[in-house]
This record gives sequence, structure tokens and C-alpha cells, in this order.
Amino acid sequence: MIAFNHVTKQYNNTAALDDVTFKVNPGEFVSIVGKSGAGKSTIVKLIIGEERPTHGRILVGSNEVNKLKSDELPRLRREVGIVFQDFKLIPTKTAAENISFALELAGRQQHEIENLVPQMLDMVGLADKADNFPNELSGGEKQRVAIARAMVHKPAVVVADEPTGNLDDFNTQEIIKLLLKINEFGTTVILSTHSRHVVDSINKRVISLSDGKIISDEEKGKYTIL
Amino acid sequence: MATTLARIIKYGVQNFLRNGWLSAVTILVMVLALFVFNSLVIFNFLTDSASFALKDKIDISVYFKEITGEDDILKVGKNLEALPEVRAVEYISKENALKIFSDAHKEDVVISSALEELGGNPLLASLNVKAKDPNDYDKIASYLENSSFFAAIEKVTYAQNQLVINRLAQVVNALENVGISVVIVLALIASLVTFNTIRLGIYSNREELGIMRLVGASNKYIRGPYIVNGILYGIIAGVLSLVIAAPIVSLASPYLSAFMPDVSLSNYFYGNLSKLLGYQLMFGMLLGSVSSVIAVRRYLKI
Ligand SMILES: Nc1ncnc2c1ncn2[C@@H]1O[C@H](COP(=O)(O)OP(=O)(O)O)[C@@H](O)[C@H]1O
Ligand SMILES: [Mg+2]
Repeated sequence: MIAFNHVTKQYNNTAALDDVTFKVNPGEFVSIVGKSGAGKSTIVKLIIGEERPTHGRILVGSNEVNKLKSDELPRLRREVGIVFQDFKLIPTKTAAENISFALELAGRQQHEIENLVPQMLDMVGLADKADNFPNELSGGEKQRVAIARAMVHKPAVVVADEPTGNLDDFNTQEIIKLLLKINEFGTTVILSTHSRHVVDSINKRVISLSDGKIISDEEKGKYTIL
Repeated sequence: MATTLARIIKYGVQNFLRNGWLSAVTILVMVLALFVFNSLVIFNFLTDSASFALKDKIDISVYFKEITGEDDILKVGKNLEALPEVRAVEYISKENALKIFSDAHKEDVVISSALEELGGNPLLASLNVKAKDPNDYDKIASYLENSSFFAAIEKVTYAQNQLVINRLAQVVNALENVGISVVIVLALIASLVTFNTIRLGIYSNREELGIMRLVGASNKYIRGPYIVNGILYGIIAGVLSLVIAAPIVSLASPYLSAFMPDVSLSNYFYGNLSKLLGYQLMFGMLLGSVSSVIAVRRYLKI
């Protein structure tokens, strides 16, 4: 379960989030929709403790994130799979090594890793790019490696911050299908996007965000921001 | 646990190899630092041997009156040996004194013939006393003056060249202090340059450090490979700096022996090679790993 309770995040004089309250139950699929600058990435950063809220409480599973100390953050972050908007692939590791890294952190054995990584690369259509470094991959390819890394260790929650931003229609549909599939198997998915097309095709809960405020929160929602 | 350690070591070696140029430059800088450290050890050895050789030439001789028996003299010798300031006491009998004297003046016709004419042995038995510290001769002299056997003593002489030797020893001491200070400052500078080189290398990896934190790596797991990296630098640089020092020592050693015949730099170097290597490795690995830890720390705050 993830819960934001009257969360405000103030950067200098801009309020990136303003008194935001919502709750995501285990197994849910939630799209967070909003224009650029609405506060979507800020929500992601608060979930993994990359930023701290100015006010309010944030719960992720049994963790009260706003109270975690620096050395307690790694454990939280391993429980959540994050697809970062800017990918955040480790530049000195190949595609396969980036994915392995998440499994290592999850404490998996080497033989397991050797099995899972090629499967995952195959699933995101990058079997032939396993040994390429991030700077040898296109934006869309990097994004798919980031997605593979976020879900390979089967975390209870996957948070994807505009994971289709760099993909063409075909790859976008593939990624959305992938997210829906892991959600079917029980993973909680939080998807941030600014794409009407994406949101309307999913037909699940939608939280709309504008200027840091929640303007609507609907089951089976549609893209409502003008 | 074992897997984690194995992975940390694997990544340390991998970083080292993938950043070949950076590793080479860091090692080069570190070799310079270790080379300075080496000079410190060798310089210390040289000044120590020089001042020891000089101080060893200082002594006092206690001459006993004709009538004093050998047993009594030896007893005084025992008493002197028991003093904490005394390093060695040597007994020189009348006969030995004569032999030493005539050997020393074999070539001198006047003295030889004078001795012959004299017939007997005009020389006195003596105890030759060496102190542990040349500053303690005054103490030993005053002990003698206040002792019960003062009556048996004819005279106490400092070696004739004592003053000169003392001055020289002071010069060597001063040289040692100045030299060591200079070398320590150089070693500090070299260490700082090494630290900075390692820091720059890690600075260029800062993005990676932040990402690892964000995907849930613990600080230990992030830091580990860099420590391994630093240790590798230390090992390679330690061995290299000795490999470079060896021919220099072999070349310089004969020249130094010309000044100080008792001192052999190359014997010292090769005799203590394992110890020197140990110091180098320790210093190098410490410098490498501590620098890495400090440099990485600031990127783990995210
Ligand atoms: N580090 C920061 N410092 C100052 N302002 C920031 C920072 N990060 C985000 N903001 C501001 O907060 C607001 C929300 O940003 P963000 O959450 O990245 O939006 P989104 O992901 O929806 O595009 C924006 O106005 C942005 O300029
Ligand atoms: Mg964003």
C-alpha cells in the first residue's frame, strides 16, 4: 500500500505538490496524469525518499518514508521498482549488467541472474543489445532497459515515470501491455504519463494532477486535463 | 555475504580494467608518492647510520694508578657497566696499551727508540667507556668523581676529538631533522596529490554513485568496489616504486660507501626489501582505500 497524506513539497518558491492526499491499494493500477511540471516526478521522488516532503506523511508498505534515515532508504528502494523519467542507467555497465545489478541488490544467486537477465532482455526486445553500454543505446532502448531493471526482481510495487515518453506507438503499446501483465500477476503499478492516448487505452484508475494539486481521482478514468 | 564480497571484488577489478587510463595515471601519481615515502625511509637510515658512526667514535678513558690491581679495575668496570647511561666498557691492560701504542707509532723512529730506551712500560691500565648517548659523558665523569674508587684513578680523559665529533653529530642531527621535515612535507603533498587524483576519478563516476543509491544499493555495496580499486592501486604502485628504487639504490650505494665505509645502502635496501615492500603496500593500500572512502562519501547523500 502507498499513501500520501496531506503532502506538500515546496521547492524554494514553487509548490511542486500542494496538499496531496491519495491511497493506492495492493494490486492496483493507477495512472497519474498531468502536464509537464504538474508534479508527477516529484511524487516518484517522494516515494523512494529521493526528496523529503515539506509537510505531510508518506507511507510505502510498512515504511513511513518521511521518517526514514539515510541508511534505511536502500531497503525501501529495493522494495519498489522505479522506471526513472531520465532512465538513470549506470553508464559504466552494459544493458545486461544494469539489469543484473537490480537482481544482485535483491540478493539473487548468480545462476538465477544468468537465467533471468536474458529472459528479461528478450521480453523488452533487446536480446541483441545485451552487451551495449547505455551510450550505445537509443532513447527508446534505454527506456526499455530501465523498465526491465525496474521489474526483473519482481518488486511488490513498480513506479514508472513517463516510461513511454521516448517510445513510438508500437513500443508504447508493448510497454503498457507489459505493465498491465505484471499488474495482473499482483504487482501494484503506478504509471505517470502526460499522454492522453496512453491513459485512454488503459481504462483503469486515473489521478489527474495540475500545478501540484489533485483535480480528480476516478476509477476507470479518462484523460480529463485540457 | 560471500557472494556480496565476491561481487564487490569483481566490480573493483572491473572498474580498474575498464578505466585503464585513469588507473594508469592514478598509479603513476601514487608511485611518485611512494617513491617519496621510500626516500624518507632511506634518508632516515642514512642519517641514523651517519650519526651512529660518528657518535661511536666518542668515548672516555679512565686511567688507573700504577698500584691498582687488575681485579679492582675489573670491579670498577662492572660498576660502570651497571650504569644505565653506559653502553660498553672495555678493559685495556698495561700490556695491551703498550702494544696498541707501539703498533700505532711503528713508523715513528723517535718514539720507538725512546720507548726502547725507557725499557719498562710507562703506560697505565685503563677502562674505555662508551655512553649510549654522547650527552651523558658528563654524568659518567661525575659518577667517577664521586665514587669510592676515585682514589685509584689517575686521570679521566675525553677523546681528543670529542668536541669535533660532538659538533659533527649535532650537524648530522640537524640535517636529519631538516631532511625528515622536508621529506614529510613532500610525502604529504604527494599523498594529497594522490588523494586528489583518486577523487577526480570518482568525481567522474558521481552519476553512477547516485544511481546506485537510487536503485537501492547500500553504501557498503557502492563503496566496496572503490576500496578494492584503491587497494589495487596501492599494491601495483607499491611494487612498481620498489622496482624503480632498486637500480637507483644499486647505483648510489658505492658513492655513499665512499663517504661512510661502514654503511652499505644496497645491503640495507636488499636486506630489508620485504619490510620495505610491506611498508609500501600498507601505505599504498591505506592511501588508496582511505582516499576512495572519503571521495565517495559525498555522493552517497542522495
Ligand atoms: N529540484 C528542483 N528545484 C526547484 N524546482 C523544482 C525541482 N524539481 C522540480 N521542480 C519544480 O517542481 C514542479 C514539478 O516538477 P515535476 O514533478 O518534475 O513535474 P512533472 O514530472 O510532472 O513534469 C515544476 O514546476 C518544477 O519546475
Ligand atoms: Mg516528470
